[in-house]
Amino acid sequence: MRTFLDGCALAGLHSLRSSAGVAVAVIFLSLAGPAGVRAQQRGGAAVRPARDAAPIDLTGYWVSYVTENWRYRMVTPAKGEYRRIPASPAALPLINAWDPAADERAGNQCRSFGAGAIMNVPGRLHITWQDDNTLRIDTDAGMQTRLFRFTSSASASTPPSWQGESLATWERATGPDGGGSLRVVTTNLRAGYLRKNGVPYSERTTMTEHFDITTLPDGSRVLLVTTIIEDPVYLTGPYVISPHFKQEPDESKWEPTPCSSTW
Amino acid sequence: MLIHLVARRAALALLFVVLAASEARAQFDFVGSWAPLGTEDVQNDSVPVDYLGLALTEEGRARALSYNESQKSMIERQCASWGAAYVVLGPFGLRVSSQVDPVTSRLVSITIGAWEDWNEMVIWMDDRPRPSEHALHTHAGFTLGRWEGGALAARTTHMKTGFIRKTGVPLTDQATIDWRFFRHGDVVTVLMVATDPVYLVEPEIISKSFRLSRTPLDYRSSCVTTYEGREPGTSVPHYLPNENPFVDEFIKLYHLPREAVLGYRETLYPEYRKKIKDTYVPPPPCTQSCGQAGNFVLRP
Repeated sequence: MRTFLDGCALAGLHSLRSSAGVAVAVIFLSLAGPAGVRAQQRGGAAVRPARDAAPIDLTGYWVSYVTENWRYRMVTPAKGEYRRIPASPAALPLINAWDPAADERAGNQCRSFGAGAIMNVPGRLHITWQDDNTLRIDTDAGMQTRLFRFTSSASASTPPSWQGESLATWERATGPDGGGSLRVVTTNLRAGYLRKNGVPYSERTTMTEHFDITTLPDGSRVLLVTTIIEDPVYLTGPYVISPHFKQEPDESKWEPTPCSSTW
Repeated sequence: MLIHLVARRAALALLFVVLAASEARAQFDFVGSWAPLGTEDVQNDSVPVDYLGLALTEEGRARALSYNESQKSMIERQCASWGAAYVVLGPFGLRVSSQVDPVTSRLVSITIGAWEDWNEMVIWMDDRPRPSEHALHTHAGFTLGRWEGGALAARTTHMKTGFIRKTGVPLTDQATIDWRFFRHGDVVTVLMVATDPVYLVEPEIISKSFRLSRTPLDYRSSCVTTYEGREPGTSVPHYLPNENPFVDEFIKLYHLPREAVLGYRETLYPEYRKKIKDTYVPPPPCTQSCGQAGNFVLRP
């Protein structure tokens, strides 16, 4: 239950002869610990690449484990069903007018594979580092790519897209055993569907995600993505979901399939 | 010499405070009221036979299909609590308190308060040993916790034989549940991993989020039994094999595949979605009586 800095304090205890010196050293080290972490959190990207600063390792292959919201994820629900989504009155005409064939004809077959839905679509994720400060998620379902940038690079002229722009930050646990989570805020989204049957989100949507990893007693790893979707147009309140994934050893089950409006 | 002694003791006392403080930084403040958000479908108890999202063994499926919900009308069973898993599978929020040793100020336990039909969960944080496997099993079980990587990690054992769904899907007294509680701002997400060597082929993993409530939640109320049409001592309501009259209800209502409704393992993975792609036909939109169990669209 001791941190590295605590260990330094103990080591210093033996080398310092003066008791007063010990006290000063202990105070200094105890204060330097959290302050140092905070400083790293504030300006970490500039000082240290996000890849090197990662408190958790998200890379690898992950598979959706569909034990909840099954009826809304594994099959396309009936037209008009938006149960558990806090849809606003403005969303209802769109929900009732959902026409997957029209989406297909208009080239909008990826509408239900945008950032607002993609982590909920049953499939596999391949998470890699694109560069030192960009974490990349590829999905085999819908063949989408999400880029989580740890340095702000957005420009006002960037057109909205299915996956939008995602700004990522590490959130470190300050406990003795390290760890932490990844926070991602995504904006500049092209309007899409939260659910396959046309429950909409607008271009004004902001999505905040927290990626946590835990290791189970049998050694397997689970990725949990707590997702908070806020849309002032089509939602009356935050839509919070938490899809989870199991880690897979390799790419053997990776099977890319293109977007489809009907499935 | 005396000065040195005093200074040394002061330094050691300071060191103790520092070490204690660094442990405390690993924790998040869990105490308070956390309201359920209701945006995730984890209850799966709106129709009698709904085993979606479960990986059941043949024994588990057979036992679940034998369950008759009239059992809960038996006067001796009306106030039987649901098991530990109900903390995420039930509809209520979390009312969390902590207990601190008054002498050492160390955290002894964290308690999630009871509801009318669910016993409180005490998460022991004081590194006490787990009881013998032959110790008393209860509905709540015995839960040990620790802080791990910024999350509260806990494990529940010593549960009575019970259910993992209100629809009668069973868990044995050999089951264990691993918990992770993550806090991000005003949202706590609970990850539950239930393992049962008898009735589950794979662990049941459920996650559910709660939002910090500014007003205290209080679900305490005593359970009062009443006559619900079954005399004490009469037989336990049940269905014999292949005689559960509700087995097709959910399947027909939503055009769902039978193997998914009955909790077959393969239905939990993306491959299954591709398998049923060419055979699945969505149900028609609901037009009337679109209640909680069905579709509902508020037509403008």
